[in-house]
Amino acid sequence: MSVPALATRGLDKSFGSLVVARGVELTLPQGERYALIGPNGAGKTTLINLITGMLKPDQGQIFLGDTDITALRPEARVKCGLVRTFQINTLFPRLSALEAVTLAVCERRGYAGNWWRGLPAYGDAVEEAYAILVSLRLAASCYRPTRELAYGQQRLLEIALALATRPRVLLLDEPAAGVPQGESAELFSVISGLSRDITLLFIEHDMNVVFRFAHRIIVMAAGRILVEGTPEEIAADARVREVYLGGTRRG
Amino acid sequence: MPSATLSEPQRHLEAQIRWQPLEIAFWLATLLPFVLTPNHLVLASQIAITALFALSLDLILGYAGIISLGHAAYFGFGSYTAGLIAKWGWGEPLTGLLIAAAAAGALGYVTSFIIARFRHLALIMITLGLGLLLAEAANSAGWLTGGADGLQGVRMWKLLGLFQFDLYGTTAYTYSLVVLFLGFLLARRLINSPFGLALRGIRENAVRMPAIGAASAAHIRKVYTIAAVMAGIAGALLAQTTETVSLDTLSFQRSADVLVILILGGAGRLYGGIVGAIIYMVARDQFSHINPQYWYFWIGTLLIAVVLFLPNGILGGMARLVRLERRAA
Repeated sequence: MSVPALATRGLDKSFGSLVVARGVELTLPQGERYALIGPNGAGKTTLINLITGMLKPDQGQIFLGDTDITALRPEARVKCGLVRTFQINTLFPRLSALEAVTLAVCERRGYAGNWWRGLPAYGDAVEEAYAILVSLRLAASCYRPTRELAYGQQRLLEIALALATRPRVLLLDEPAAGVPQGESAELFSVISGLSRDITLLFIEHDMNVVFRFAHRIIVMAAGRILVEGTPEEIAADARVREVYLGGTRRG
Repeated sequence: MPSATLSEPQRHLEAQIRWQPLEIAFWLATLLPFVLTPNHLVLASQIAITALFALSLDLILGYAGIISLGHAAYFGFGSYTAGLIAKWGWGEPLTGLLIAAAAAGALGYVTSFIIARFRHLALIMITLGLGLLLAEAANSAGWLTGGADGLQGVRMWKLLGLFQFDLYGTTAYTYSLVVLFLGFLLARRLINSPFGLALRGIRENAVRMPAIGAASAAHIRKVYTIAAVMAGIAGALLAQTTETVSLDTLSFQRSADVLVILILGGAGRLYGGIVGAIIYMVARDQFSHINPQYWYFWIGTLLIAVVLFLPNGILGGMARLVRLERRAA
């Protein structure tokens, strides 16, 4: 059996008396597409924060491949290939899309500390950034400041920034949040077209999208993993239905 | 660099950093005081020095978003270093300038480890504290600094062995202007580099930076050290051209003034500090003839007006005018 791309062992986290993660055991095999679902407050975003190092777990370990990354800082985890996007646009408002993606490429290639030559001299980085923007159909507006882009384009730029770091494991926190339903399918077709070398985990509330694009689904409730399985198994699971249709009282 | 070999996105980025005719005109205009106001070259040299100081603050505040209320620490440290070297018998200006730059840079590097860990209000308090600390240390070390009387006995040799620092300020302005221009070239190069892009990234969204694998703290330490070097050079210029150093080179007042100058001119625009320094210093010179004790009343009024009506400073306002004009045309 091959080493999973990402695994967590017994992750615990609480804020005072509020438990947001309890014994979370996660195993993502290479190249799989996982959806992470659950009612609001189930701890989905918290889990992403724990895995990417933006929060420190009280207990437990996180493995990327067979490396224990629990002690690494967020930027070091990104350098290892563990990358996330944000539910609420977390972009660089006054940088153009091209500049923002070039920045991410420069950081990966180790150019970002260089201060003696102009940015245009780093043709390889600029070209790579531009190619990513082309592949996400953002090339036409890539010279405009990020804050002037349409909302849907900004959602795509979230993904473009992540791709520029060459992720091995990509965690997408509601990539289609706020996008009208028609466009969200389009966004997910872009996501499902990503290289199969990238292991994907995405949080999503629209069940149609989840069942269409996920190979496997993880259901969280109250900080625990309730059940994991194929879309068919999840659809048939009584516990999942209970969680969604009025089991819990959590907001 | 032949532009024919550049791809379209590269050409686009290059167009953003190309020298504009207005910039060339601006630097040519800095030579005008030699012809038009030869009796005010001392003031002109002080403006150039203040502009260099403001430019150093722009690197950290305007580009990396690091707010400092204690930037005079590096200015004053460079000033005292240059003054003391000359007082102790080595009056050669250029080596003195380099030594002062190194000393201020060393101080900047050490303090940058604290700076890189904080943001916002905590950062204001820490930079303020560091500035006050150093000012008080200089005050109490009267045996070294001359305390409140200032550092006396600074004697500069001829610049390059040829040009005496004279009463008219011809040498002083030439010297300050050349150093300002070199500092500007360095800053311009820096902000147009990948490093400059990373700094803007920190300013625009410090939360996203680690998520794209950026080691923001290392970037901040680096730019803070570079800014300290530049501030130290500005301070050294003041010591060398005035042949004295006073405690107010380290004072809170100087830190606040340079911040006001940068905000007035427009932070994050490279020329903001220079334009701000010109307006501020000329206005102070004029007002102080009328009634010196009320001078800050007018600066206060100006500052409020600029922040209310031109949130991006005077240069930001002018840039907006140009954009509106183009849209209307």
